[in-house]
Formats: sequence, C-alpha cells, structure tokens
Amino acid sequence: EKVGEEKPEVLSPEELEKLKEEVDERKKLISTLRGKPWPMRKKLESHEFVEKYEGALGKGKSRKLYAYKVMMLKKWMKFQRDFENFKTACVPWEMKIKEIESKYVSYLFLLYPCTVLLVLPGCLLFFNLAEKALMGRPYGSMPRKTVPRADEANAMDFAVLWDFGGYAQYSVLFYGYYNSQRAIGWLKFRMPLSYFLVGVGTVAYSYMVVIRTMARNANEDGGGDNNSFNFSWKMFTSWDYLIGNPETADNKFASITTSFKEAILEEQESRKDDNIHLTRFLRVLANFLVLCCLAGSGYLIYFVVRRSQKFALEGLESHSWWERNEVNMVMSLLGMFCPMLFDVISALENYHPRIALQWQLGRIFALFLGNLYTFIIALMDEINLKREEEEVLKLNMTIWEASLYNGTLGVNSTAPPITVHPADIPRGPCWETMVGQEFVRLIVSDTMTTYITLLIGDFLRAVLVRFLNYCWCWDLEAGFPSYSEFDVSGNVLGLIFNQGMIWMGAFYAPCLPALNVLRLHVSMYLQCWAVMCCNVPQERVFKASGSNNFYMAMLLVILFLSTLPAIYTIVTIPPSFDCGPFSGKSRMFDVIQETLESDFPAWFGKVFSYASNPGLVLPFLLLMVLAIYYLQSTSKSYKQANLELKKKLQTVSRTINKVLTLIQHLLYSLFMSSYLSSPLGGEHRAHQGKSNHQIPPSATSPPAPRGHRIPGPLPGNQWQPAPSVQRVPNSQRH
Amino acid sequence: MGTTASQLRKDLLSEYQELTFLTKQEIILAHKRFSELLSKEDRNVPTPRVPMEKVLSLPELKSNPFRKRICHVFSTSDMKDGSLTFEDFLDLLSAFSDPATLEIKSHYAFRIFDFDDDGTLDGGDLEKLVNCLTGETDDTRLTTEEMRQLISNILEESDIDKDGTVNLSEFQHVISRSPDFVSSFKIVL
Repeated sequence: EKVGEEKPEVLSPEELEKLKEEVDERKKLISTLRGKPWPMRKKLESHEFVEKYEGALGKGKSRKLYAYKVMMLKKWMKFQRDFENFKTACVPWEMKIKEIESKYVSYLFLLYPCTVLLVLPGCLLFFNLAEKALMGRPYGSMPRKTVPRADEANAMDFAVLWDFGGYAQYSVLFYGYYNSQRAIGWLKFRMPLSYFLVGVGTVAYSYMVVIRTMARNANEDGGGDNNSFNFSWKMFTSWDYLIGNPETADNKFASITTSFKEAILEEQESRKDDNIHLTRFLRVLANFLVLCCLAGSGYLIYFVVRRSQKFALEGLESHSWWERNEVNMVMSLLGMFCPMLFDVISALENYHPRIALQWQLGRIFALFLGNLYTFIIALMDEINLKREEEEVLKLNMTIWEASLYNGTLGVNSTAPPITVHPADIPRGPCWETMVGQEFVRLIVSDTMTTYITLLIGDFLRAVLVRFLNYCWCWDLEAGFPSYSEFDVSGNVLGLIFNQGMIWMGAFYAPCLPALNVLRLHVSMYLQCWAVMCCNVPQERVFKASGSNNFYMAMLLVILFLSTLPAIYTIVTIPPSFDCGPFSGKSRMFDVIQETLESDFPAWFGKVFSYASNPGLVLPFLLLMVLAIYYLQSTSKSYKQANLELKKKLQTVSRTINKVLTLIQHLLYSLFMSSYLSSPLGGEHRAHQGKSNHQIPPSATSPPAPRGHRIPGPLPGNQWQPAPSVQRVPNSQRH
Repeated sequence: MGTTASQLRKDLLSEYQELTFLTKQEIILAHKRFSELLSKEDRNVPTPRVPMEKVLSLPELKSNPFRKRICHVFSTSDMKDGSLTFEDFLDLLSAFSDPATLEIKSHYAFRIFDFDDDGTLDGGDLEKLVNCLTGETDDTRLTTEEMRQLISNILEESDIDKDGTVNLSEFQHVISRSPDFVSSFKIVL
C-alpha cells in the first residue's frame, strides 16, 4: 500500500509516476472521506498519507507547478469551509429552532418560504427607493402625491391612518403614489416599465422557487414506487433523536406504542368491513353539511361587503367601529370558527386519522379560497363603481379648469398656466389604491386576529388551567380543557394563505411584502414564546402525507389562484387616468409596447410581433402539452418496470434458496448412503437418529465481521458445507 | 489531542473540519463538552477516554432509548466497553449532524439497531428494537402475539429476498424511501 520511506530524489521516474497516481487517487478519496463510515483514525491516516507524499512530490525544480496546484486546491477548500461556516451562522433563528426541535417533532417547513419572502420585498423595496430617494419628485409636488385639501384636516388622525387613509394613502405604500413619467431623473430610470417588470418578475420567481422545491422533494422521495413500508418506517424512523427532555421522551414512547397497536389492529380490521351502508350515509351527510357551511360563509361575506359599500357611500364617520371594519372582522372570525365546525362534523365520518386530517385540510382550504374569491368579486363591483365615478369626474375636470380661468379666455387660445396648489386639484378615485388598501387592511386584521387568538387561546388558557387547577373539581390539566396542543398543520396552512394574500395584493401595494416580513418576524418570536411556555406536543402526530410535497402543492395552487385576479385586472381593466405609473394608458401592458417602440431598434419590434403571433404561439403550446404527456407516460412505465424487477428479485432468490436446500439434502443423502454402505456404516446405524438432529440448514447467517462486509449475491443465506464434512472425524472416533 | 485538554490544535481543527460534517464552531463546542466529561486525572492523558456512563449522562443522550447502542457503535475501544475518545465523539456528532448524507446515517442506524452485531437484523434484533421503543415499563410493552404479528409484518415489507432477516442494503432501501428519517436522525449539542 505505502511506497517505501525513500527520499523522493532517490526514486526513479516510474516510481514517482506511480506515487503521483496513488496520491491523486487518495486525493479523490479525501473529498468523499467525510461520507465514509470509517472511524476517525482511519480517515486521518488516509489524509496523512496524502499530505506526506504531496509535500514530497512538490520538491524539486520541475515540480513547482504541481506544488502550486496543490496549494491553490488547499486554499479553495479552506475558502469553501469558511463559506459554509458563514452560511450556517447566517441562518436566522437557528438556535431558537434547535431549541424548539428538541421539544417538538422537527418540522422545518417554515424555512422554505423564507427565501421567497425575503427576496420579494428586496426587489420591491429596491425600485421603491429608486423612485423616492434617487430621482422621484418628493411628496407634495404632484397631485397624486398629495393629500387633497378636503381631507387634510384629519389626515394624521390615528384612526384614519390605521385604516390606511390620510397620509398613508398618499405614500409609497400604494400604487397611486407612483409617477407615470416615462423616464425619471438623469439616469433615465424607466419607472412604469420597471414597476411592471418587477411585478411580473416576482411572480415568475415565486413559481420557480416553489416548483424547484417540489422537484427536489419528489427526487428525495425516490420515485414513489411503493409507499407501503408503514410498519418498517414506524420501527426504524419513529424515534426522534433530538428529544432531550424526559417528559417528551415518555410522551413519545406512549405515542409509538399506541401507533404500533393501532397499526396492528387496523391491519386486522381492514379485512372485515361491517355496516358499510351506515358509514357511507354518514359520510355523505357530513359532506353535505360542510357544503352548506361553505355556501353560508360565502354568502355572508358577499352580504357584508355590499353593506360596507353602502356605508362608504354614506360616509364612514357616521358608523361605529364594528361597522367600519365589518368585512375584515367577519372574514377573520369565519376563518377561526369554521375549521372547528368542520372538526366536529368530521366525527361523523369515522375515517382513519390521517385521511381525516387530509379531508380537514382540504375543507379549510376550500373555505379560505371561497372566502377570498367572494371578497375579490365584491371588490370587482367596487372597482366598477369607482370607474364610473372617474368618468363623471373627468367631465367635471374640464368644467373646473374652465372655471379657473374664469371665462377670460376663448376655447382655443393659450394663456400663462395658473399655478394651483396640488392639494386643490380634484382627484379621481384611484381604484388601484383602493384595492391595495383593502388587501393591506385584510392582512392587518388577519394578523390581529391571529395574535389575539394566540394570547387568549393559548396563553390565557394555560394560565387558567395552571392556576385554577388547585381549586377545581376535576383535573384541568389532564381532562378538559388542558393545555392547547401545537397544531402544526393548521399553522402551516395559515402561513400558506397569508402568502397567497400577499401575492394577490403585491402589485397594488408594493410595500406589502416588506410589511409582511416585519409581521413574520414578530409572529415568529411570539409563536416561539407561546410554543415553549404554553403548548404541549401533539399526542398523536399524523403527518398529512408522506412527504412535504403536500404543502408545497397547496402553495403552488394558491400561487396560481392568487395571481389570477391580479393578472385579470392588469389585462382587462384600464388604469386610472391620474394616479399610478400607468396613468393615461389604455391598458397597463401597453408600457411594454411603448418600450419596444422607443427604446429598442426597429427590427426587434418586428421580431417580437412575429413571435407573439397566435399562429406561432398556439402550436408551441400544443407541443408543450404533448411533451408533458410523453414524460408522464415514460415515468409510469419506469415505475412499472421497477415493480417488475422487485418481484423478479424475490422469485429469483426464492428459487435459489430452494435449489440450494435441495442440493444440500441431495449431498447429505449421497453421503449417508455411501457411508452406510461402507464397512463402518453398519455399526453406526444406531447413531443415525442422533446425527439427524445435527443438520442445521443454516437459514440464518453465520457471524460476519461488523458492518464493513459488502453483501454477496445471496445476502444472509450462506450454505455451509462444513457440517456434513465434520461428521466424518466424529464417527471415526468410535 | 494537544497536551492541555483545554485547547484544540489549529491544524487538527482544520483536519477535523475536512473529515467530518461539522462546522468549526460545532467542533469547538464538542471539545468543550467533552473536556467537561473528563475526570481530573484523565485530562493530561494524550488520548483520554470517557467511560460510557459519563457519556450517557449528556442531556442529549440521556432520554434516548438507544444510547447504549450508540456508544458501542462509535467506540473504538479494544475492551468493547463503549468508552469514547474525542475522535469517536466527533464521529458520533458528524454522523448525527444535519448535513450528513443519507448513506452515512443509514449505515450507522443499521449498526445501532443490530443488537447482536452479526451484520443483519434478525427477529431477535427486531424484538429488542421494539422493546426499546415502547419504553421500559411493563404496561407499555406489546403482548407476545402483537410482537409476533408486528415482526412478521415488518419482515414482509422489508425483507426483499425473503431470507428472514433484513440486511444492510434492504435496510437502506427502506430508509431511503422514508421522508422522516433524515430529519429525525439528528443530535445537536
């Protein structure tokens, strides 16, 4: 293995070459050394070998290049290590997460959307800064950036600001603030184009991240050919090695035992299937009730939104706080109580807990979706109203302008422009800002509801249970109400829906993702504290599906469904005439057309118009659909082939086993017959019975060296000819 | 290790970093915790060994039902007494760390579950495994009938070549399909 200890100058060129080859091989090994299950001593020895001979090879004038290469490689590896260290230090809240993981089942879904959430506000903040700090006109310089004179009196009131009116309405927070001038400042920053592209770009990036995570998860899944390793997984993977708390460990033991017993029972019971008609009827009934609930909640929201429009027309000041915030409160309350109702209804259905969990999550999903879409439809009505208002206002504008000049001029003559303070110019109702405001309000009220539920439902409950327990008739901690459990799936669902709302509103309220990051930080700390002090781990942990892809798939669906309304409004509704970066255009995406015409050479515009011809686009879409179909069928055939191979492996090994035992018996009977027919045989027929017991057809494997043995063609079943041979000296002793 | 137990030599530190999945901070923390476990006399020994009882007193291992097996698997002691040197300790932490590969984790998990150290998981190993998982007290254990049923179910699922035992490749096959394994097979100081 090791070349001798001679000094390198003494070695012949061939030996040197061989040494170099060996060192290179060892070097390749080193990059994989950490992945080898060897004890540290062995790894260190391999490492030392390379180091020693590398250094030696580097001596001598002609080896300078080699030594240099080695040094660069070493520096590169050191840099990689330092970078990895730096990366781990950068993961936010790593210590907190580890602390929580030691108490609870590890579930790190939260980190996935973190990257998306952190990039989005980054982009949006960037161009917001560009507008304001670098080259935009400041507050008060343009009508769209100024609070109208009529509202100035109460623009700073807290109530108005909380509602996102007043100064908040005319700030960078909302769409309406941004200037529609094509190029701003000395850098000729294309404001409308960048707004549009950033909006579209963030959506595209979100899609990419979600789909890439799903693909990675699917890969780790291993093709998903066979999910029926339930018992084995329970056995080998159910213990969580991060548990350091004896209480949690006891809980875990209990839950593992329960899950074993349940699984065994279930397997036995799945054979028999009594009273299926009653079960079916109950399930149909349950689904009907759930549908009624969903329809009811949808109608309630629609009703409330219409009512709030009526209130808005009458003027918001004449109504109580409840009436003003009715829509958001109703949506949040529905989101809180309906899932509990679904839980109660699902008791009728008598499903396996994992399936019941999937149904529950599906129903909550449908609830949120229904509510959100009803909200959006109601919003559409409002948008139409605002646009009608706008038409009326445009008419009035001409009249107002004429009145400024007080009739001193004729229709076609020019005059020195009269300076009017921006606050006095009549303002069109900016429907985009209104949409942005609605979403921001919705998210704020959703946040408030979550925090209040957390404080009351978890903290107050824990305090009550702990202190009232001393003077209560029954054990509050063990029975009802006891401490609240940390509901992982519910929280994840909440996160997903929050993200959906952000995607919907981000185009009209550009700072929304930034606000959301702030909200997530606060939520994180609040939730961490609540989890450590008021919650208990779930008693029976059922994951909704085998992999994390279930939640990723939901995220993808939400992404698609939330960007749909935004895209619809961009494509069909003309922008307001006096606010936002697209004011004055007939459609928002006209900005692209404009840019192509003015900023790019003529041939580019031609190419683009050919490429966007439906005659070209439709065949391309058809091609993609066919490609998807093809890939789908190949993947199905691979899965099929996999299953066949497995079955083949089983039959082959079974056949080989049979053949081997047959040969064993054959040889033994041959030996016995030859032995018995020999002169010695007659005396030992008496011993035949005894020796029969000595045949161990060893189906279990013989002792093998620990761990490092590579399994041969027949792992674990090694036929030993030894027993039959040993009997010869045995009998000859007599 | 260096002559004073309170310091880890810089060159060794960088070598350990290359050969394990641990970061520099984690190795330094491990060194600190290991030194705390050493008794006064052992501190000046060149390669000190911590006896198994002391290792088992670590809070991360105290509640683990497989703690004794873990010590035996990672121990390089000739006396097979489960005592660990610092390098064994690092091997342990590296195999249980987050970036460790599935191959390493499944390899060591197999060795931990192989109670009789014969290279395969037979019925006896599986039975001991179940008893570890269901806790120490008698009322949480499974009955013999349930145990028999459970073991036969497991062998039916995992034993691909039907030889009555689960060997390393069958084990790795089952484990690689599990979504929970990598995230649950973790110990962090």
